[in-house]
Amino acid sequence: MRYAAPTSVEEAVQAMTAEPGLVKVLAGGTDLLVAIRSGRIEPDLVVDLKRIEETRTIEPEGGGFRIGAAVSSAEMSAHEGLSAMWPGVVEAAALIGSTQIQSRATIAGNLCNASPAADSVPALAAARAVASIVGPNGRRDVPVEDVPAGPGKTSLEAGEFVASILLPKQADRGGDAYLRFIPRTEMDIAVVGVGVNLTLGADGAVADARVVLGAVGPRVIRCEEGAAALVGTTGDDAALATLAEAASAAAAPIDDKRGTREYRIQVTGALAKRTAKIALDRAKG
Amino acid sequence: MPLETEFPQDYEKRDFDVVGSRAVRPDGVDKVTGRARFGADAVAPGMLHGKILRSPHAHAKIVKIDASKAEALDGVKAVVTRDDFPIHEPAAEDRFLRDILVNVMAREKALYDGHAVAAVAATDPRVAARALKLIEVEYEVLPHVVDEDLAMAPDAPVLHDDLGHEYGGGKPSNVAGTVEIGHGDVEAGFAAADVIVERSFKTGAAHQGYIEPHACLANIGADGRGELWCCTQGHFMVRDTVTQLLGMEVSNLRVTPSEIGGGFGGKTTVFIEPVAVALSRKAGKPVKIVMSRDEVFRATGPTASASLTVKIGAKKDGTITAADAVLKYQGGAFPGSPVDMGAMAAFACYELENVRAVGYDVVTNRPKQAAYRAPGAPMAAFAVESVVTEVADEIGMDPIDFRLKNAARDGSKSSYGPTYTEIGLVETLEAAKATEHYNSPLGPDQGRGVASGFWFNFGGQTAVSLNVNVDGTIALSLGTPDIGGSRASMCAMAAEELGVAYEDVYAVIADTASLGFNDVTDGSRVTFASGLATIQAARQAKQRMCERAAKIWGIPADAVKWEGGAAHPSGPNAGDHKPMTLKDIAAMAGETGGPIAGHHEISAEGAGPSFATHIVDAQIDRETGRIDVVRYTVVQDAGKAVNPAYVEGQFQGGAAQGIGWALNEEYIYNDKGQLENPGFLDYRVPVASDLPMIETVIVEKPNPGHPYGVRGVGETSIVPPMGAIANAVSAAARVRATEIPMSPPRMLKLLRDSEQAAQAAE
Amino acid sequence: MSKIHVTTEINGDPVEFLCDGEETLLDVLRDRLGMTGSKEGCGTGDCGACTVSVDGKIVCSCLMLGAEAEGRSIETIEGMAQGEMLHPLQRKFLEHAALQCGVCTPGILVAAKALLAENPDPSETEVRYWLAGNLCRCTGYDKIVRAVMDAAAEMRGRNYAA
Repeated sequence: MRYAAPTSVEEAVQAMTAEPGLVKVLAGGTDLLVAIRSGRIEPDLVVDLKRIEETRTIEPEGGGFRIGAAVSSAEMSAHEGLSAMWPGVVEAAALIGSTQIQSRATIAGNLCNASPAADSVPALAAARAVASIVGPNGRRDVPVEDVPAGPGKTSLEAGEFVASILLPKQADRGGDAYLRFIPRTEMDIAVVGVGVNLTLGADGAVADARVVLGAVGPRVIRCEEGAAALVGTTGDDAALATLAEAASAAAAPIDDKRGTREYRIQVTGALAKRTAKIALDRAKG
Repeated sequence: MPLETEFPQDYEKRDFDVVGSRAVRPDGVDKVTGRARFGADAVAPGMLHGKILRSPHAHAKIVKIDASKAEALDGVKAVVTRDDFPIHEPAAEDRFLRDILVNVMAREKALYDGHAVAAVAATDPRVAARALKLIEVEYEVLPHVVDEDLAMAPDAPVLHDDLGHEYGGGKPSNVAGTVEIGHGDVEAGFAAADVIVERSFKTGAAHQGYIEPHACLANIGADGRGELWCCTQGHFMVRDTVTQLLGMEVSNLRVTPSEIGGGFGGKTTVFIEPVAVALSRKAGKPVKIVMSRDEVFRATGPTASASLTVKIGAKKDGTITAADAVLKYQGGAFPGSPVDMGAMAAFACYELENVRAVGYDVVTNRPKQAAYRAPGAPMAAFAVESVVTEVADEIGMDPIDFRLKNAARDGSKSSYGPTYTEIGLVETLEAAKATEHYNSPLGPDQGRGVASGFWFNFGGQTAVSLNVNVDGTIALSLGTPDIGGSRASMCAMAAEELGVAYEDVYAVIADTASLGFNDVTDGSRVTFASGLATIQAARQAKQRMCERAAKIWGIPADAVKWEGGAAHPSGPNAGDHKPMTLKDIAAMAGETGGPIAGHHEISAEGAGPSFATHIVDAQIDRETGRIDVVRYTVVQDAGKAVNPAYVEGQFQGGAAQGIGWALNEEYIYNDKGQLENPGFLDYRVPVASDLPMIETVIVEKPNPGHPYGVRGVGETSIVPPMGAIANAVSAAARVRATEIPMSPPRMLKLLRDSEQAAQAAE
Repeated sequence: MSKIHVTTEINGDPVEFLCDGEETLLDVLRDRLGMTGSKEGCGTGDCGACTVSVDGKIVCSCLMLGAEAEGRSIETIEGMAQGEMLHPLQRKFLEHAALQCGVCTPGILVAAKALLAENPDPSETEVRYWLAGNLCRCTGYDKIVRAVMDAAAEMRGRNYAA
């Protein structure tokens, strides 16, 4: 296995394109190294993004923030502006692994690892985040939910990688939140994850909402009915009950070692309700 | 390890100077600076790296193994398979030994996912890993079974043709043996009861979860002699087992134990050590093997999973009239689940007129179980303590009062045979009842549970050597690997006995060539047995120092006594001499007869059982089924706490492991019989944020069998947690939890089912 | 197979080494540099026994390539005491009997030191969550948490006095 640490996007793309064997992109490495060490994958070339300036920064853009692909969760948590605008996204990133993992893990890596249970992806999708993908044919912008194509698979072409993720400006009177369910208090993979992002109108009622479910399907699930249950309401108990039902109905999980299908469906509803309450409180300010 | 009823009554009440203090351990600085050397930290010049190929199948005939491509790979120096592990003499006769050998390297069949089938030694670990992929194994996959109840069914796949004929009605079966204990007339007892509760339970297989994977370094010379460095709970056991399995003479292998990064019973047998020795012998070079975490989970010994039924009857006044239990433990692919211990321990906390416990030892396609902290007892106690609380609830008695009414006391005939002498169960119950915790209010969705627990404790073969150095410091050689601070306790007991400062004693764990045979560090035996031997060795050294003083003074030896760390003339004929301190005598040892030492070799008896009572507050999230342990108190009898800090540590550690077992830890198998969670990500041991502070109350009822009254404390602490937590959870959930672990999916289903049943009843 | 040449700094000393591409920082520390204080408990980032600090941030050294160490500043357990002078955390771990087998201890100490650098007055809950990635199977964490909080208190006191 060879290791390359290019200092520019162009250099990285060139290295990846020139390699005939298996190429893997290294950002935080918290999933990649586990896979390499277990022998599950045997890359011929690993391309480390961390020496590329563009991947290392959080920059304001269009009222929102552009987060480089090698920015760690810990760096996101430490960024006051980002944490104030998108607390749900930052908390989702902060739930990935231990303090040690936080120093390395990235949301771009979380996205491209394409695990159905990725914590940051429901929150990013709820926030309408867009991935900036670079490759041999230049740059393209793709909504984050379209990057994973299924468990362990992405829609990226050969030689492409995510260079950064743009979080748009949060609306006035907007609020987002992410909650996941795990058996312990830390160190687990989400059994269910729910991201909610909503905006209140001048009348105090929900004007717009996005509800995104994680770990209950091969990819994240946009729950339109759940969002509709909130829009036009103040987020009262009846609306939250309807949201919970819609979220449970939208969940399409499998039985596995982390939970049964039935369990995940039930918890999705309970978690959607709790997440929406936090988002509502944040939107109210 | 049944309780001995006859043993020397050595205990003498006394005041202590060193024993009972919170002294810092002698190995402490090495362990906080990274200097301590654990199993994987050793290297040898020219060392090769060994790796083991493991079966991906739960049950399969091994038709053919072709290692020629691996052998041809550059850097590969040796490959071993079943052909390199012939069955030597003792193993041919001894099923126990033979099973260890077959577990170390599969023969005709792979018996579980992870069973070793071949091993390589190469110049680099990455070369060894590549070589494993070149070994071609032809399997014929067979039907498998991993559950104890299914394995006992008439149509179950049978693992061994030479086992279980009794249960199978003349044909082989998966029931390797049965055990029955008890006394009285159980049926008559139930007939006399006002209230009877009978329930069935299941418990998952838990792994000890030590953080240090197994590791060893073998170095065998061309003359067949050599050395082995390994992390183990018993290096004498490793030496004897490895040499017997490989047909070596015992004296040809010297085993040095590394510092050990946790064991909890799981390092009381061998897995990789015979493989490393065989590879080293074949390659003629040192070979190091370090297990991956995946291998630790798939191929070392978790404890048994169990299926249990308990029935208890009582009168309205709270007197238990009969107790009955059926225990089925699967211990993996070989006989030897700890169901016998489970049956003996099940009702050991109670004085019962009519009691019976029947146990079945079941084999399945899982890794061979190994001891885990009070092996067999926690599962039995979970079932029994759940039913005990339920009976108390039905009668309307406080659960501690109900236990007190039926508690085993001094003079009670135990359910498994012997009569108790001095035991501290009642004291733990009374202390528990008096805690602030037990009398504090509960929050919403919270429940409180209590449970008691028992462990036999063990003495066993022990040899200790104590040398008086020229400067008056003491070198103490022990043969029981120190797994949790025992060297500190031994130093304290030696210092106490000799009347010197704690800091003047330095203890090491000696290799197998330097000391007589020692049983493994297990059975909560070390502070008791090695402590006893240390005290006796110190007494012998004192005797010799008195003799030296007598020689110097020219008086009879019996006119000298040892007091306050010095020899004093004593008695009418002693004359007037200035007392000689240990330092004085040590300095003159060369001129007065040579080195001064004390030894003691013993097969220690009179370990004295330890009892505990735990109190737990648990909270349930009714929407997700999640359980949080919000408060926890351990009350346990230590006899005499030699070092209270380490006694508390044993209490807290046992409770934490019990919490993990109760709430989230379990082996999860897929439909192919492969382990689905061989890692710390999905085998969920408690993390720091999962637990509250664990409060402790040390009860001290002296053990008559130890000079200082010491009882082992290491294992009893894991016996009550599952029952106590189940009682707390059941109170919070308002429905009885009968399956361990009480993971969120199980709990939510239980809640939903009970709500539906309640609605249907309306 | 050509090796990668890496220049880095470990516990304040300049260090150079050669490693294979797939070797982790933990492999390099233990097998190439003889620094065996960092332990491998799982190799998957779930136990924290291999915790080291890289440019002031703690990481699992089993999940970082040796090659990534180029130009970084690394601190390990071996650099925590100053000669014979133990760090207050090391001393408090001994005083509180916050270790039994001791194999998780190096990683926990490195992690706890980073916590106190960032938060000199952590609550019990903050200590517990910060250390959630460091498994200890012996102690039940009680004495570890107490030792960290006691060390924090002592270090704060000394800072005020200074």
